[in-house]
Amino acid sequence: MVDTIQPLLEIKHLKTQFFTSKGIVPGADDVSLTIDKGKIVGVVGESGCGKSVTALSIMQLISEPGKIVGGEILFDGRDLLKSSKQQMYTIRGNEISMIFQEPMTSLNPVYPVGKQVAETLLIHNSHLSKEAAKKAVINMFELVGIPDAKRRFQVYPHQLSGGLRQRIMIAMALICKPKLLIADEPTTALDVTIEAQILQLLKDLQEEIDTSIMIITHNLGVVAEVCDDVYVMYAGKVVEHSDVFELFDHPKHPYTKGLLKSMPRSDVDEQRRKLYSIKGMVPNMLRPPQGCRFHPRCSEAMDICKKTEPTVVTINEQHCVSCWKYNER
Amino acid sequence: MKRYILKKLIVSVPVIIGVALITFLLLNVVPGDPITLMMKEHINPDVVKRVSAEMHLNDPAYFRFIHFLWNALRGDFGISYKLNRPVSELLLEAFPNTLALAVAAAVVSWIIGIPAGILSAIKRYSFLDNFFMGFSLLGVSMPVFWTGLLFQYIFSLKLGFFPISGFDGPEYLIMPAIVLGWSSAGTIARLTRSNLLDVMRNDYIRTARSKGIKELKVVTNHALKNSLLPVVTVMALQVSGLLSGAVITESIFGIPGIGRVAVDAIQNRDMPLLQGSVILTTILVVVGNLVADILYSYLDPRIKYNKKEA
Ligand SMILES: Nc1ncnc2c1ncn2[C@@H]1O[C@H](COP(=O)(O)OP(=O)(O)OP(=O)(O)O)[C@@H](O)[C@H]1O
Ligand SMILES: [Mg+2]
Repeated sequence: MVDTIQPLLEIKHLKTQFFTSKGIVPGADDVSLTIDKGKIVGVVGESGCGKSVTALSIMQLISEPGKIVGGEILFDGRDLLKSSKQQMYTIRGNEISMIFQEPMTSLNPVYPVGKQVAETLLIHNSHLSKEAAKKAVINMFELVGIPDAKRRFQVYPHQLSGGLRQRIMIAMALICKPKLLIADEPTTALDVTIEAQILQLLKDLQEEIDTSIMIITHNLGVVAEVCDDVYVMYAGKVVEHSDVFELFDHPKHPYTKGLLKSMPRSDVDEQRRKLYSIKGMVPNMLRPPQGCRFHPRCSEAMDICKKTEPTVVTINEQHCVSCWKYNER
Repeated sequence: MKRYILKKLIVSVPVIIGVALITFLLLNVVPGDPITLMMKEHINPDVVKRVSAEMHLNDPAYFRFIHFLWNALRGDFGISYKLNRPVSELLLEAFPNTLALAVAAAVVSWIIGIPAGILSAIKRYSFLDNFFMGFSLLGVSMPVFWTGLLFQYIFSLKLGFFPISGFDGPEYLIMPAIVLGWSSAGTIARLTRSNLLDVMRNDYIRTARSKGIKELKVVTNHALKNSLLPVVTVMALQVSGLLSGAVITESIFGIPGIGRVAVDAIQNRDMPLLQGSVILTTILVVVGNLVADILYSYLDPRIKYNKKEA
């Protein structure tokens, strides 16, 4: 504990809600999350648990019925939620950038890909000439492993494969050398070999450009591969967070344990081992369960779990969990 | 690209021949012998016989149709029964007037329709949105002959801003163009609005926002081009709507265009003239479609090339 590591991003008690015609959906409910400089942080959880909502809240790109109703998002010392529109324009794509789940549809079909990447660079560096921007983009294309980069500059998105499009997206996200890169399921739409390549690429680039990365995924395999810290989310809440080794060796929350058990492993004979899955369904977020939101699916649920929400318990300096099991006395 | 245009051109040939055939058949079914019509009361059986032979009226129908097509191909549509002048000459005289009216009306409809659609989309559900959409609905639902008379009453008779009818200079075109353009401005505004709203829901719009592009620029640089693609098609297709609207508008405002020529030809059973104007109109619509196709493929790179990278 010589020097204290500076947190780059600190989300405190973020509440983002969707005001739908059927009622209020708590997309992110009291989410707290910290990303230290130079770290890769994973956010895992089943579909609909609020991973994307948390990410889009950081970017302040929550659209229509959604609204950030509370909390703080401290980025490099500033509260983004108190920043003006103009300030956010200079932060997005420049200091914080984002890669999306859908590489096939995330690029504009009517512009060449090179132009789209150059656009990001030119917005944030108005003194740059078009020629210089083009050069920088081609360099970046080479860095993210796009073969034949010069020619690819002119190509339209529909002429590229999903893996290449995602590389274009990564190039676009990194072209301004952001302090934070948010990757929202960057490999979900890709096949396994491409996934491994993209993950390796992110890891390499993180060292090369010195960017912190927040990786959103529902695949713990991805987390094991690249992350330093992990946040496990369930039904809009963070239920456990820890560094990666601790989480895989000593998971505390029954939900985390379930996720780990349902993870396919190469070291066990998969033929004989039936894949475990957590029983029950993701709760309806219009009416989330009382008490601990996981209790209807939890095999270790106690009486108190049904009535009162658990508080955060600190296991050790790197490990926190929200579960009544660890909250006795 | 050239092959694409060529293909479209080849496809349009049967369309034009088909329309020619249908008009020809219909006109041969309607009662009324043109010679009797031309001669009125001075009718003389000998002359009728001679003229019928001269005009090939006794030949079988299929023969006359081929004869007609062959001549038409060389730009000869016959002689107007009523006016006794070559049809092609009459049409060439009328065409520029119709074109001027249609172009002016189209421009009016775009100038009103596109900005109204964009503003409505950006300020969705606002007062502005409701106002523009109501205004355009009015334009779509009011028939041109009624708006035409209304405009004549208000802006000519009461206010005296514009000449009431006739065709003697550009100022005669303003009121007809607004009347005709308003009717299709509504379509364009609604289409622009709904397309823009659709496009704004796309993933790449979220990407554009995440790059730090200002909202107005997101709309103009990333959404507008995509959302105007279908509008461009409609704009070119509009030609057919405007031409048929022009028939009525020309009659109300006394503009000597193709529409007026066709209406007069119908009233006089002037078959060559009517046939000529129908075919000319068909060609214009086909050309409009072709232009729409070409514009579309020019704007959307996905249509232009079909080759994919390995
Ligand atoms: N536009 C919206 N309108 C209403 N509810 C929404 C909207 N967007 C998200 N939500 C709700 O917010 C919750 C969290 O959604 P989010 O997209 O963050 O899930 P996720 O964890 O990213 O899931 P996935 O793995 O499927 O991407 C969901 O319950 C969803 O129903
Ligand atoms: Mg998501």
